[in-house]
Amino acid sequence: MQRIGVFVCHCGSNIAATVDVKKVAELLRVEPGVVHSEDYPYMCSEAGQSKIAEAIREKNLTGIVVCSCSPRMHEATFRKTAERAGLNPYMVEIANIREQCSWIHKDKEEATKKAVILGRAAVAKVNLDTPLKPGESLVTKRALVIGGGIAGIQTALDIADAGYEVDLVEKTPSIGGRMAQLDKTFPTLDCSACILTPKMVDAAAHEKITLYTYSEVEKVSGFVGNFTVEIRKKARSVDMSKCTGCGLCQEKCPSRKAPSEFNRGLNTRSAIYTPFAQAIPNVPVIDREHCIKFKTGKCGVCAKVCQAGAIDYEQKDEIITRKYGAIVVATGFDMIRLDAYDEYDYSQSPDVITSLELERIMNAAGPTQGHLERLSDGKAPKEIVFVQCVGSRCADRRGKSYCSKICCMYTAKHAMLIRDKYPDVKVTVFYIDVRTPGKNFDEFYRRAVEEYGVNYIKGQVGKVIPRPDGKLMVQGSDLLDNRQVLIEADMVVLAAAIEPDPSVREIATMLTASIDTNNFLTEAHPKLRPVESPTAGIFLSGVCQGPKDIPETVSQAGAAAIKAVGLLAKDRLLTNPCTAAADELLCNGCSSCENVCPYGAIQYVEKVVNDHGIRESRRVAQVNGALCQGCGACTVACPSGAMDLQGFSNRQIIAEVDAVCR
Amino acid sequence: MIKTRKNQAERIQEISGVNPRKCMKCGKCSAACPAYEEMDIKPHQFVSYVLDDRVKELAASRSLWKCLSCFACVERCPRDVKPGILIDAVRQLVEREKGGDYLTADEIPGLLDPELPQQLLVSAFRRYRR
Amino acid sequence: MPIEEGKEFRPKIVAFCCNWCSYAGADLAGSSRLSYPAEVKIIRVPCSCRVNPMFILRAFEKGADGVILCGCHPGDCHYSTGNYYTRRRMALLFSMLDYLGVEKGRTRVEWVSAAEGAKFSATMNEFVKEIASLGRNVRLGDLRCRN
Repeated sequence: MQRIGVFVCHCGSNIAATVDVKKVAELLRVEPGVVHSEDYPYMCSEAGQSKIAEAIREKNLTGIVVCSCSPRMHEATFRKTAERAGLNPYMVEIANIREQCSWIHKDKEEATKKAVILGRAAVAKVNLDTPLKPGESLVTKRALVIGGGIAGIQTALDIADAGYEVDLVEKTPSIGGRMAQLDKTFPTLDCSACILTPKMVDAAAHEKITLYTYSEVEKVSGFVGNFTVEIRKKARSVDMSKCTGCGLCQEKCPSRKAPSEFNRGLNTRSAIYTPFAQAIPNVPVIDREHCIKFKTGKCGVCAKVCQAGAIDYEQKDEIITRKYGAIVVATGFDMIRLDAYDEYDYSQSPDVITSLELERIMNAAGPTQGHLERLSDGKAPKEIVFVQCVGSRCADRRGKSYCSKICCMYTAKHAMLIRDKYPDVKVTVFYIDVRTPGKNFDEFYRRAVEEYGVNYIKGQVGKVIPRPDGKLMVQGSDLLDNRQVLIEADMVVLAAAIEPDPSVREIATMLTASIDTNNFLTEAHPKLRPVESPTAGIFLSGVCQGPKDIPETVSQAGAAAIKAVGLLAKDRLLTNPCTAAADELLCNGCSSCENVCPYGAIQYVEKVVNDHGIRESRRVAQVNGALCQGCGACTVACPSGAMDLQGFSNRQIIAEVDAVCR
Repeated sequence: MIKTRKNQAERIQEISGVNPRKCMKCGKCSAACPAYEEMDIKPHQFVSYVLDDRVKELAASRSLWKCLSCFACVERCPRDVKPGILIDAVRQLVEREKGGDYLTADEIPGLLDPELPQQLLVSAFRRYRR
Repeated sequence: MPIEEGKEFRPKIVAFCCNWCSYAGADLAGSSRLSYPAEVKIIRVPCSCRVNPMFILRAFEKGADGVILCGCHPGDCHYSTGNYYTRRRMALLFSMLDYLGVEKGRTRVEWVSAAEGAKFSATMNEFVKEIASLGRNVRLGDLRCRN
């Protein structure tokens, strides 16, 4: 028989306001096995924990139940407390009477009743708990970073600087990501390339970092400390070891019709290309879809002009299989498609552009060499209208429900830069709210208005009507003036919502990392563990977790790196002892469990068993505790009931069901 | 619970199925409205008038009968508030209070004038379909 | 939430929630103060595929009026494939239970992610309402246990 202690937490008033904690403690005292029961305002506090430890020692407890917040919050805390007091940490159960009781019920009597039932279920479970001992697994001292934008680069650099090997996988031919496409950055107006390219060079030159550009993660297996990842290195058709990066092939390539991804399709590029001049690695890629040689078999100009003999039309995709201890996701974002926004005439009119397209137009290396001009006729615009929240803060299916966070600031930046360089251009911004929380952000926005004379109108644009003479009639509302305004604009810039890069969905599935309805990766805890995925060993860096600007991304990248380093610094990890185990006397050797196990943790062995005095050799299931992750699929598949899950055994769950239904 | 007499704003929300609380006051409805200049209470104001239970003023407004029911505002609203449907609902409220002067379907052909603009017909059917 | 079927009948509902998605979703419903009836009692399991049909039968035997099983969305299972097993097993079990007279409305599998606190609460509200309309479950109840 167990000797169980029950500890009911008030959580200040969080629990005590709706649950009669004294009554819960009193009613649980008479449950089978319970020898001690008390309540305390804050069980998780130092004083609360020492109360638990004291009771364990004094009353010789063999198991405890803490009625408090969610086990996802403090189970680990109380397990440590128990361990310090000499109790096996797996003899601790939590009854969740905060998130699943006091916070959702208003009626005190009803909530108290439910709390007692939840407590009884936990007591019933502890009664059947057995001490468990975690196993150990080795940690592979290597990290994988998925995504080579500023988030991925910074994370890789930080992990590498701490002395660990890092592989950085990027799906495009060069690292750099979105930041490489930007012209200037707010609120300091630093040149984006000037601050990014040194980091790109550092990453490429770092002896601990291996870059896999033009590569994608294809398969992930394993678990924290021991991931096995397959990376597909797509055929570049250029030998990276031979190419000198002279650029002659790109100059001579006769196929020039492919839309430039880097310039957002505003101009074209050759079929053999590097995305931009500062690309790293500075080795071109042949786009086989547009290459004449690959399409017709005739051409081969690049191979002829390449003095290094680096062109290799026969190159094939390569699969690299590697083991990693930690994986950081830094897949970044893209702008949403604006096809559904007919009212702004984006798909019809070349002079209606997104902010990222404007960024390319303003960039000296962009399609217009940095001259602000209309894409339709090359004329300099005289009046520009910016529209905020295009697809952000939308409740309908066309857009996203969240605020994209960065648009207010980059629009102020664009408006300011345009007014600075072309003082005769009139700039109007239609906004719903101007959101500028951040260091020096609001000052920056005010400067755009006060010093640069940008015209901010509170209201939205209802439609953009192209006129035959090329002007764009912008019809919007001015809510503060309570009038409808009509502006003859030459250019309209849409602050389109940002969304997680679509590739993240597939990656999240491979990593079994959870993802929300907007495709942002979920963090382990929104406040306390913002850079970790709930899946152990997976860390989040940058916009894949939620909209953020560059400084936030860089700080999160550093945080993700230190979390990964914290994991890699360990030689061994304690494994979850709540694993499956087979009773060899009951096992009939059918292999049902082996077939459902996603980890290959079950093996069948021939073994001599002693079945009530009869010794015979039988084929029985054996679970490898280091591989088993404790999902329990096998326990249900087992027809003879030989397989059970430690910590969540059949008897325990049935005891809980009974307690709940009593 | 004894049913209390609902105020008019609640009845409008019931008729229209619109929740004016969803409005984030962006003004896109007014920006899209082709009849904006004709209106005394603008489409975006309609939403806040309903929120403030100022339905009497809405019922007496010029806007009520100037709205073309083109539903540009409904189509463009990013928060799915549907100001056009709200206007429709106020119209219904006014009509209902007037009492049963609805047309029956077979009366309509006789009343048709070939000169009538198509838009007016469509909007008339929208107004009276319920 | 008031239950229309009269004050006496308070259904007993057992909700099995997987540790990674649905239990976290239930926690989120709690921290967002999205209420659902106190009739719902949650039992935490590592994965929805840990739920043995036996547990569900046991719940009905012990007088539960409805059992709901919540797991990660298909494709998002923490253990890769667990919820696929759940989906198949429960399809079989529920149709068998239906045959035995435990109406389909009393049993349900629902996918709730860690970010879907609102969905969790809405699902539970709706489920309780449905069970309330079905009334007490008598088909599988162990008569010896009736009090």
